[in-house]
Amino acid sequence: MDLEMNLNASHSMGTTIIGVTYNGGVVLGADSRTSTGMYVANRASDKITQLTDNVYVCRSGSAADSQIVSDYIRYFLHQHTIQLGQSATSKVAANLIRLLSYNNKNMLETGLIVGGWDKYEGGKIYAIPLGGTLIEQPFAIGGSGSSYLYGFFDQAWKEGMTKDEAEQFVVKAVSLAIARDGASGGVVRTVIINSEGVTRNFYPSDKLQLWHEELEPQNSLLDLLNSSSPEPMNI
Amino acid sequence: MNFMALKQPENSLLGSESDSQRTLYPYVTGTSVAALKYKDGILMAADMGGSYGSTLRYKSVERMKPFGKHSLLGASGEISDFQEILHYLDELILYDNMWDDGNSLGPKEVHNYLTRVMYNRRNKFNPLWNSLVLGGVKNGNKYLGTVSMIGVNFEDNHVATGFGNHLARPILRQEWHENLSFEDGVKLLEKCMHVLLYRDRSAVNKLQIAKITKEGVTIHQPYSLKTYWEVSAFENPAQGAIGSW
Repeated sequence: MDLEMNLNASHSMGTTIIGVTYNGGVVLGADSRTSTGMYVANRASDKITQLTDNVYVCRSGSAADSQIVSDYIRYFLHQHTIQLGQSATSKVAANLIRLLSYNNKNMLETGLIVGGWDKYEGGKIYAIPLGGTLIEQPFAIGGSGSSYLYGFFDQAWKEGMTKDEAEQFVVKAVSLAIARDGASGGVVRTVIINSEGVTRNFYPSDKLQLWHEELEPQNSLLDLLNSSSPEPMNI
Repeated sequence: MNFMALKQPENSLLGSESDSQRTLYPYVTGTSVAALKYKDGILMAADMGGSYGSTLRYKSVERMKPFGKHSLLGASGEISDFQEILHYLDELILYDNMWDDGNSLGPKEVHNYLTRVMYNRRNKFNPLWNSLVLGGVKNGNKYLGTVSMIGVNFEDNHVATGFGNHLARPILRQEWHENLSFEDGVKLLEKCMHVLLYRDRSAVNKLQIAKITKEGVTIHQPYSLKTYWEVSAFENPAQGAIGSW
């Protein structure tokens, strides 16, 4: 049995990340757990990172790699915006990330989902998995927790949801993944991007619905004992 | 940190590990491509799957792309490397057009270019992890060739990559003939794609067929094939030997 915790293991964001388009923009969602081997190094991390005012990226895989890639792209996009004279498009951001991911594929271990809104194409989601493939999709899922969501999305995803439907859908999905993936956990964060701007939301676990074999959280056993006297069994 | 572990053996032929890049393994992969020559040109078929290991992760990946006026490129293997090859080809076609001399690169020339690219990358131990199928029609001449990730290249009346080599080529060898009609060509390719769907674990039931003639390139819309399971032997296969398969 492995009793030693490998506290020098690299910070990996096991993770569940999701990006979804709806009729008017995109909703990005993620869990908040960063693990170092078996230890949870950060239980409230923010994996949805801003690149520009209108483009955000969900990060998964190695925390260091995804942070450095998003830092570089934020820097490039800033310069691009100055040169262009208007905000960058989500397509440009995604292609820049693809370039870095592809050309450094031997060294990087990070899967990213880019989501943004621009006036030319509206809301768009781009997935950039390991290896540096760029693929535009109506929705994307990534991270270790995504394995548990393929069936859910195949069954429940539909085109043209409203903003609230899309956000509830994302929250439900991340919450389901957290229920089964040991590497995902903490809170569910969402970012909604549309023509009006960006909205960040935060759903701690008590705001989420309970799944199979999960119980209503209590302060203490004592509350359960004191709340009602035990009822006689009906035999 | 144990610095002794980082020291390279002095007689290593591999050079310094840190400054050479090498593609060690593919991540998002496409499976077989099959193609054949027919009366009016070339027909090529590929499914739209992008597998991530054993997961059928992406189901709308276009693995055949037209470029130039005369040619179509289909690829199996690592999708990111295929996307990079498309960038190289865009650049090649751009420079070709800039000559503005009325000549345009035909499929045979592009095949040669790709062969050089693939072979030279292989020599540097940094392959583009793809098997490519290159088809085209120029000046009435039909061309169909293939290049692998190690630079093996040849042209033939019918080619396939990956599992297609083992499952589709025998069918094509048996049933292909000169001057196939469009309908017969499509039916023959669909027969191959059927077998691949039954027997290739990474096949996805969503495919595209592309056609190149002297008029140009058409990639038809994605569609799915009906599969046949009503074989009486399938109903109760373990009947004669309980516990068998």
